[in-house]
Amino acid sequence: MGIQAIILYASLFITLFFEVFLLITYLEVKEELGFEKNHVGKNITHFPSVTIIVPCFNEEKTLTETVKSLLNLDYPKDKLSLVLVDDGSTDGTQLIFKKFASHPQVRTLTKENGGKHTALNFALESISTDLVGCLDADSFVDKDALKKIVPYFQDEKIMAVTPSIKVHNPKSFLQHIQKVEYSWGIFLRRMLSSLEALYVTPGPFSIFRLRVFKDLGGYNMGHQTEDLEMALRMQKNRYKIVNSSYAHVYTVTPEKFYGLYKQRVRWTYGFLNNSLDYREMFFNKKYGHIGLFVLPIGIISIFTSLYIVANLLLSFTSKVLNSFAKFRAVGFGSSFELPSFDWYFINTGTLPIITITAIGFSITILVLALRLSEGKAKFSKGVLYYLSLYGFIVPFWLVRALFDTLFRKQISWR
Amino acid sequence: MVDSKKYIVAFLITLAIFATAVYMSNIFTQKKLDDVRDIENRVALDILSSETQFALLEETSCKDISPGFLSKELGPLGEKLAYAENQTSFNKDDVDYLKRSYFLLEIKDYLLMKSLTEKCGNKPTFILYFYSSEKDCPDCEKTGYVLTALRDKYPDLRVYSFDYNFDLEAVKTLTSIYKVEANLPALIINNKPYYGYKTTLELEEVVPELKLLKTAEETATSTESNQ
Repeated sequence: MGIQAIILYASLFITLFFEVFLLITYLEVKEELGFEKNHVGKNITHFPSVTIIVPCFNEEKTLTETVKSLLNLDYPKDKLSLVLVDDGSTDGTQLIFKKFASHPQVRTLTKENGGKHTALNFALESISTDLVGCLDADSFVDKDALKKIVPYFQDEKIMAVTPSIKVHNPKSFLQHIQKVEYSWGIFLRRMLSSLEALYVTPGPFSIFRLRVFKDLGGYNMGHQTEDLEMALRMQKNRYKIVNSSYAHVYTVTPEKFYGLYKQRVRWTYGFLNNSLDYREMFFNKKYGHIGLFVLPIGIISIFTSLYIVANLLLSFTSKVLNSFAKFRAVGFGSSFELPSFDWYFINTGTLPIITITAIGFSITILVLALRLSEGKAKFSKGVLYYLSLYGFIVPFWLVRALFDTLFRKQISWR
Repeated sequence: MVDSKKYIVAFLITLAIFATAVYMSNIFTQKKLDDVRDIENRVALDILSSETQFALLEETSCKDISPGFLSKELGPLGEKLAYAENQTSFNKDDVDYLKRSYFLLEIKDYLLMKSLTEKCGNKPTFILYFYSSEKDCPDCEKTGYVLTALRDKYPDLRVYSFDYNFDLEAVKTLTSIYKVEANLPALIINNKPYYGYKTTLELEEVVPELKLLKTAEETATSTESNQ
């Protein structure tokens, strides 16, 4: 067996191992999920005070809707306040601020541009509620989202709760793919939650105890992924983060490839570089599943998925070249007759059998993910696009983020 | 503390899946080898039957030879062996064993066909094709396609393919009889050697026997369409 075959088998082994691990975790949490769906957020007796920060940089298009969705939250008005921070916008953001300035629940702040993390820290300075969260100005919350989050804080040890993020109003082909991808993300986050291994507290509507920022300090730049850095910092200090699957937040996602590419390069770059910064957690028993398994496999999977996709493309290209050679040799005619079916010519090697098993597991997980996020698993065009194309667009940003990490290039937000 | 039991369980399940995949693949491969072996047995029986018939010919006439006289399965057998040769899941020794008997069957069929031709005076065209299964012959694969296409086109054409470097005395004897050089792919068409890759059209132009077959078929089709 050559070195290439060994890498390929190892990649498949890791992929399959991860899938099996996720499915076992799912079986463990299945009952909890049912409970969460039907009981969490009902009959709340104690409502802690909450502040939601909305950092804004040129968000005139979506800001009004974002604020409206927050004001519409099913939560006692005297316990919920909003802080809108203008991080030096140059568009009509200020006009929208004026619209909400007189609202009793809303406070507005303005500062010079300094990046999202500075806007958040600026707001944090003047907050004294029990809980504090953030909502990106391109996201909208479900009416009962906060009620589905707050009960988790009854457990004294829980320091942050993350929501389930969905795609807002998908229209373009890429947004439909992202919708399915986000469902998978919802599933993954819920599984990571029960492993106590969440490595990101997403910008849209993660809620923290205010104590977290007092103890661990405010947001850092975190390689342009401040939400990832915050989560890793919390994990390193063994601050517990959980996910509430049924607290739904909707976010505007990139419509075209270039926007998606830029966003994902930033996410992947952020994951790689923050992981590097927190490398002492790797394979360290002290940090539990996140150190032993989740972070390492996150890094390894970047390489294995690139390797598997490259292999698929290579074998596909060689097949095409082969048929081309055949065509050149004999031209049209007999070669275009369909050969009579003979099972003998089906590739029954070990590799295809393992690959088909891995694909079967992926589809099983996708069905479970759709059930968790959408209530039912329905075959949509998004699922079709996702299954057939997603694997081939991901390598673009993986390669770019790896390249940027190796050559230490700075990544920009937009 | 991390519960390591889950890692062990996941690892064992993954390992079991891999083991099952290897096991299943082996079973399938074994079945395929059996399949090839069965065909070889049938071909051997066909040849034996042909030889017997041929021996009987001494006492009978050429027109008694039935259309099913020749084994039809040599061609598909060759394709299956070629496929097995390119798959990593097949054991090389198994494939070599089957190739050995395949080449021997081919030679027997060829010799029988030649004696038949001499006795009965019909003129089938024989192509002895020498290829290399190693990576040193980029044109061999294409030549294989061309010959398959030609065989499909002209049912009277008998193509016998041999691995030039195969360690089998009979093949070596064959190459020394026809003085085949190591310049592959090599075709021996009715005792005349042709070296290098040629497309279907080129072969039909260059080789007089094929040209003859082509015109014969064209006349046949044009007469058919005239009727």
